[in-house]
Amino acid sequence: MFNQALAGSVPIQGTAVAARWDGLWDFLIGLSAFFFVLVVGAMIYFIIAYRHRPEKKTTYLTGSHLLEAVWIAVPTLLLMIIFGWGYSIYHSMTQAPADAYEVRVIGKQWLWTFQYDSGRTTVNEVFVPLNRPVKFVMTSEDVLHGFYIPNFRIKQDVVPGMYSSIWFQATVPGKHQVFCTEYCGTSHSGMLAKVIVLDDAQWKAWNLNRPIGNVPEVKYSGVEEVSAQSPVASAQGSLVEQGKAVYEKKGCTACHSVDGTTKVGPTHKGLFGSKVELADGRTVVADENYIRNHIENPQSSTVKGFNAVMPTFKGLISETEMNALIAYIKSLK
Amino acid sequence: MAHQATVADGGDNYLNHSKGLMSWLTTLDHKRIGLMYLASVLLFFLVGGIFALLIRLELYKSGTQIIDANTYNRFFTYHGAIMVFLVIIPSIPAALGNFILPIILGAKDVAFPRLNLASYYIFMVGAIFAVAALFLRGADTGWTFYTPYSIRTNTTVILVLTGAFIAGFSSILTGLNFIVTIHKLRAPGLSWSRLPLFCWALYATSIIQVLATPVLAITLLLLMMERIVGIGIFDPKLGGDPILFQHFFWFYSHPAVYIMILPAMGVISEIIPVFSRKPMFGYKAIAYSSFGIALIAFIVWGHHMFVSGQAELANFVFSLLTMFVAVPTGVKVFSWIGTMYKGSMHYYAPMLYVFGFLELFTIGGLTGVFLATLAIDVHLTQTYFVVAHFHYVMVGGTLMSLMAGLHYWFPKMFGKMYSERSAQISFWLILIGFNVTFLPQFVLGAQGMPRRYWDYLPEFTTLNRISTVGSWFIGLGFLYAAVYFYQALRSGKKASANPWNALTLEWQTSSPPPHDNFIETPVVTSWPYEYLPENIYMQGNS
Repeated sequence: MFNQALAGSVPIQGTAVAARWDGLWDFLIGLSAFFFVLVVGAMIYFIIAYRHRPEKKTTYLTGSHLLEAVWIAVPTLLLMIIFGWGYSIYHSMTQAPADAYEVRVIGKQWLWTFQYDSGRTTVNEVFVPLNRPVKFVMTSEDVLHGFYIPNFRIKQDVVPGMYSSIWFQATVPGKHQVFCTEYCGTSHSGMLAKVIVLDDAQWKAWNLNRPIGNVPEVKYSGVEEVSAQSPVASAQGSLVEQGKAVYEKKGCTACHSVDGTTKVGPTHKGLFGSKVELADGRTVVADENYIRNHIENPQSSTVKGFNAVMPTFKGLISETEMNALIAYIKSLK
Repeated sequence: MAHQATVADGGDNYLNHSKGLMSWLTTLDHKRIGLMYLASVLLFFLVGGIFALLIRLELYKSGTQIIDANTYNRFFTYHGAIMVFLVIIPSIPAALGNFILPIILGAKDVAFPRLNLASYYIFMVGAIFAVAALFLRGADTGWTFYTPYSIRTNTTVILVLTGAFIAGFSSILTGLNFIVTIHKLRAPGLSWSRLPLFCWALYATSIIQVLATPVLAITLLLLMMERIVGIGIFDPKLGGDPILFQHFFWFYSHPAVYIMILPAMGVISEIIPVFSRKPMFGYKAIAYSSFGIALIAFIVWGHHMFVSGQAELANFVFSLLTMFVAVPTGVKVFSWIGTMYKGSMHYYAPMLYVFGFLELFTIGGLTGVFLATLAIDVHLTQTYFVVAHFHYVMVGGTLMSLMAGLHYWFPKMFGKMYSERSAQISFWLILIGFNVTFLPQFVLGAQGMPRRYWDYLPEFTTLNRISTVGSWFIGLGFLYAAVYFYQALRSGKKASANPWNALTLEWQTSSPPPHDNFIETPVVTSWPYEYLPENIYMQGNS
């Protein structure tokens, strides 16, 4: 209802979450309109009705406990409903399905790099399948950036030194605008990208490295056709293969095995996603952030039963190598 | 009202009590110090305002208009830092508060007059550091100084940080001074339950200033150490954590939002009963809600960081707590409207600004609920929606209230009246200009236009253009205000001691007040909002 009144006030709905988001937005617009009319309407009415007139006395009133109770209780109740509604949508924004298609995202001043499992790398354009959950695992090479897709109503800061993630399931094929939203210097407003949502045929073509044909540009107000998308540069081996090369080049094999045997350090077979007991008594889950942190600050999370002898690799592994390395460790099931 | 107040009969007042530049620079009189703050704040407001107009001019169209991206990034940083640290934070407490607080309490001065003067000079030293950066390589971090960008940029961030660090001490000392003054220097009979609401608001503000500002000082100091010595605290390259900076920064800067708005609410609470000729509706609720807001202010900082990468549990808690800010705020707004009910309202400039405040602040408050709601914030944060929201609160709230207070107390401060007609024209220019500037920005943000953008996609052009045109009306309105205030100072009609027929103590002494505020210490025998049904007249400004 309010969407029609405010046509174009929010972007198109590119995901199911966007539709839920718009529902809450409509509710808040309606509620705000009600309270605005209540407050400002009352004020304007009083301005007219109770303007100063000679001999017209005022009424001595100093308050009303009943009214005060009402205007504390009613807003509190409404705010709790809004909070719960907002949290419920937010929760579904953060819980990526386990089978989500993963892409690794690296922000740097002032472009976006995307790495795929196949080993391909693209810049400022990321190709994803339609109607399938997609998860971006993101980090930055320099300062803070923000990854924002208005059509999907999602946004997440991209922070150097750690991984953050974002996920969506696109329901509208085409190119969707991406903005950097965390101020990052000179070309902050030029740090733009497109999420390119491909239908089944295009997705197959993309994965076979063939031309994918026309991809519509999704504007805020609708969809329009643009020229054909050229195929994107091929890569050297899959991401896991690249990771294996990094693993060997950086000498991980000296202390870690990939087949389950224990060397100076614990094996990496089956490490990803497992629970790890640390020497200081904590138990942590070996996710992307744990592995990255352990590579950069090994002393901070020595595994129980092992000596703290691993040197730091901080500054010795680039962000693209780190992504490949983690993909490889992840593949060691 | 049975104040045993005394009016000085002409002649000696604080303005002519002593003469010469040195008598001002070394004055211990809270009224003169208040005026010095006022002059400084208005000067910085002019500078910050010029940057705002230049920013809007650059955004008139996409592409380069008048300045390149690096200059633009400096300008929005100057605009934000100057307006927050040198204008809005000191505006009402340090300028109006210094002048009015001791008189409204029936005191001769603040508790520590020398400390008060020191606060002013500390503020100015901080300001000079910050402004000096403008003439060197500037600063381009935004007023939030987010790391690691602020550590790596080659601009003169250190100078700005030092400025903010030093100015913070002024804020702490003023807060301390006000707390002691309110506790110790109330006139006989001025019990807590009779304390004017402006004092309650300043009290709550002072508590925040004293408790929160040291955290800002520590944060800025750590940032300086990281930039100068290379100690790794916030930069991941040095083993630091950039999100930690955001926690530290907002732990101060969120309460600082209430340092900006609580005194504004205090001014509004003083003006509404006077011009409605009605007792304050829900006096206790308004007084207590200031403390409610001050308390909640300390536990909601994380709502600035919903997409920063902090834990989902933290987001859950901060969103929930933030919702409760709306409750005491709502209590105030409803009580103000309730005070007008069955009143006898006079529409002079101070009251017009109150109406403007209520319109704009209501929009600012309601859009705050959008941003407190987790999922909604994910889409709206870091866009123009946030820019519009905090301008509605900071300008629509604090600046409208500062203008209300200036027009209300101007006759008291200078013993002169301004042109009511000019004041009303200026008010409408500012109010309409403000809405034309910032309403389109809500839509821009909802459509997804990020903030701090030097350039934008063509689809955002129309709304940006409307916004820019609106900014010219705001500029014109304030320029006009400067002109008629100047004329009033030069040749305004003489103001009587109490043109608004108000009951608070500052109106029970002459305009302008004598050096010691009162000839004899006043005695208070009733609460300050005791407007009886037949007390419906005021001399006004005609």
